[in-house]
Amino acid sequence: MGTIWVYAEASGGQVASISLELLTRARELADTVEAVVGGEGEPVAAELGAHGATTVHATGDLGDGLTGPAVASAIAAAIEGGAAPDAVLFGTTYDGRDVAGRLSVKLGVPVITNIVELDQADGSLVGTEPVFGGTVNVSTRFSGSGVGLFLVRPKSFAAEESGGGPAAVSALPVPDLGATGAARVVDRFAEESTGPKLDEAGVVVSGGRGLGEAEKYSMIEDLAKLLGGAAGASRAIVDAGWVPYSHQVGQTGKVVKPDVYVACGISGATQHMVGMKGSKNIIAINKDAEAPIFGIADLGVVGDVHKVIPKLIEALQARG
Amino acid sequence: MNPLCLVLHRWGRVGDLHAMDIVVCVKQIPDPADPGELDSETNTLKRDMKLIMDESDSYGVEMALQLRDAAGEGEVTLVSMAPHEEVNGLRSALAMGADKAILVSDEALAGTDALGTARVLAAAIGRTQADLILAATESSDGYTGTVPEQVAELLGLPSVTFAKEIQADGGEVLVKRQTEAGYDEVRCPLPAVVSVTAGVVEPRYPSFKGIMAAKSKPMDQVGIADLDVSLEQVGWAGGGQEITDVSPAPEREAGEIITDEGDAHERIIALLEELRIV
Ligand SMILES: Cc1cc2nc3c(=O)[nH]c(=O)nc-3n(C[C@H](O)[C@H](O)[C@H](O)COP(=O)(O)OP(=O)(O)OC[C@H]3O[C@@H](n4cnc5c(N)ncnc54)[C@H](O)[C@@H]3O)c2cc1C
Ligand SMILES: Cc1cc2nc3c(=O)[nH]c(=O)nc-3n(C[C@H](O)[C@H](O)[C@H](O)COP(=O)(O)OP(=O)(O)OC[C@H]3O[C@@H](n4cnc5c(N)ncnc54)[C@H](O)[C@@H]3O)c2cc1C
Repeated sequence: MGTIWVYAEASGGQVASISLELLTRARELADTVEAVVGGEGEPVAAELGAHGATTVHATGDLGDGLTGPAVASAIAAAIEGGAAPDAVLFGTTYDGRDVAGRLSVKLGVPVITNIVELDQADGSLVGTEPVFGGTVNVSTRFSGSGVGLFLVRPKSFAAEESGGGPAAVSALPVPDLGATGAARVVDRFAEESTGPKLDEAGVVVSGGRGLGEAEKYSMIEDLAKLLGGAAGASRAIVDAGWVPYSHQVGQTGKVVKPDVYVACGISGATQHMVGMKGSKNIIAINKDAEAPIFGIADLGVVGDVHKVIPKLIEALQARG
Repeated sequence: MNPLCLVLHRWGRVGDLHAMDIVVCVKQIPDPADPGELDSETNTLKRDMKLIMDESDSYGVEMALQLRDAAGEGEVTLVSMAPHEEVNGLRSALAMGADKAILVSDEALAGTDALGTARVLAAAIGRTQADLILAATESSDGYTGTVPEQVAELLGLPSVTFAKEIQADGGEVLVKRQTEAGYDEVRCPLPAVVSVTAGVVEPRYPSFKGIMAAKSKPMDQVGIADLDVSLEQVGWAGGGQEITDVSPAPEREAGEIITDEGDAHERIIALLEELRIV
């Protein structure tokens, strides 16, 4: 296949891992891989280049405007002006969805979403999406002409460097957005977080409704910290307001693939499992021997979280 | 829409700048507690059971009711595209307190993808005079997650997705938008599209009175011919995508199951050692 564009996201000069994952897969599928950035290109050109992008099309600083309408309009204008990528890949992220949705209307083409595998067949890209809680895989490709748009879930591919030099920066002008560009970011808030990010951590310890009450979530945080990992949650306790949404693992939360996932007091609903069953090792603690989570656990402990976890924490602390 | 109508509509509010007319997109879906199956002929979800309101949309409905009530004036209109003239889920939302509903149901819409759905919803919303259009960030059954942004683009409106809080402030909304790091505070002039996350508000249970009242609330049923959408852009043909394969995903095997006799933590630590985590 000819050319794939990857919508790359960055914050603080650092490219998001999902974008590096997409570049890595794209260069296995296409002759030419180029990145699109909503922001300045220079600070990220080296990292994008090292993962296979030869060019970075950058809008320049977007100020306090939202990314979605600006980047979608800029890509649509470039395509109208003669640029001809065969496909554009986006991560299933807050901004990735916004850009893909708006671009789809501008180009009059659908978006193939929730993709976890991308392959080539008969010269076109085929995306595979898990449905029914990951029990069935559906593969879809574009039947029409024009640019293929794919929204890919994080952690679908491993990011690897290509050894390429810095990408050449090329300007991607943003046309006048009219009313669509009227929203303004007036303030940005970062939630306190210590330790590794949930979707990048080597160990994830998650708690569910089996913890019984919000205060008991501190056990999960303590255990995660002792293991150098991140603390996750089922949607039941996010909806109950025990922990912020950013901790949610599953279909409507984060997809995680750590070396070890520890599920504590989580039943194992399909919507939860679709977000963690790619973990290398799964440990589950649940007092109900029939809980579905045991069906995918490498080590299942039928027991009370209020007994097992404190002992585990104590034993780990004793080791120092 | 007749431009004069629009002028008159706005004119009518000079006395009260804060009245809020809100459209909420409500998807009616098969009960997730009763998972459907794929139709082996068409590779889409079978939809022959009674549909219910997507729980994800109950948050948008609740949010709209709160904003309308805070404004003291305005109407909440539901918009849904669904097969077989399904109104069950819309009635639930009307019972919560929404004022009226527009249902688009047409055989020609079977197989419509997210972009086609957005075209239909945008055309239906165009029949109203909404200050604010609410949707969920993603539906429970299709979870494409692109429809709200596609609707906004089709209507030429600004949008804020992943809202975890919305405040009306004159002709604007102030929205807390979920981000990777935390949240952004976004100010957006109306009319606008905002998509809300689950849990933003606590959806109310309909009262008995609400359920009775819902039965007589206006339900405008329209077909594709009533909307400004071309038949080529919807249905199976409108999709521009083709399913090439459907296959069961590889199963993960269960491993060792032990019952805690007071020493299960030791077994866990042994495994963590084996994996070189500790
Ligand atoms: C469209 C849709 C999307 C969804 N998306 C997500 C998602 O992204 N992520 C997600 O997690 N869920 C999601 N859900 C919700 C999901 O279906 C479940 O409701 C949820 O995962 C249940 O959370 P839980 O396991 O904490 O609670 P429960 O199912 O209530 O399980 C609690 C478990 O704790 C055990 N337990 C109780 N006491 C103890 C004790 N003392 N010690 C040990 N074990 C104990 C019980 O045996 C039980 O198995 C979604 C649902 C829908 C419909
Ligand atoms: C398993 C599965 C996978 C699919 N994959 C794709 C795909 O990759 N690409 C694609 O284009 N289509 C796909 N579809 C089709 C798509 O789900 C439908 O076209 C659907 O009508 C719109 O998408 P959604 O529900 O996923 O929308 P989402 O974007 O997830 O919906 C967001 C919100 O928009 C509103 N909304 C959406 N639909 C309606 C409606 N009918 N009435 C009222 N409000 C509504 C609701 O507020 C909803 O919560 C898929 C369907 C299934 C079942």
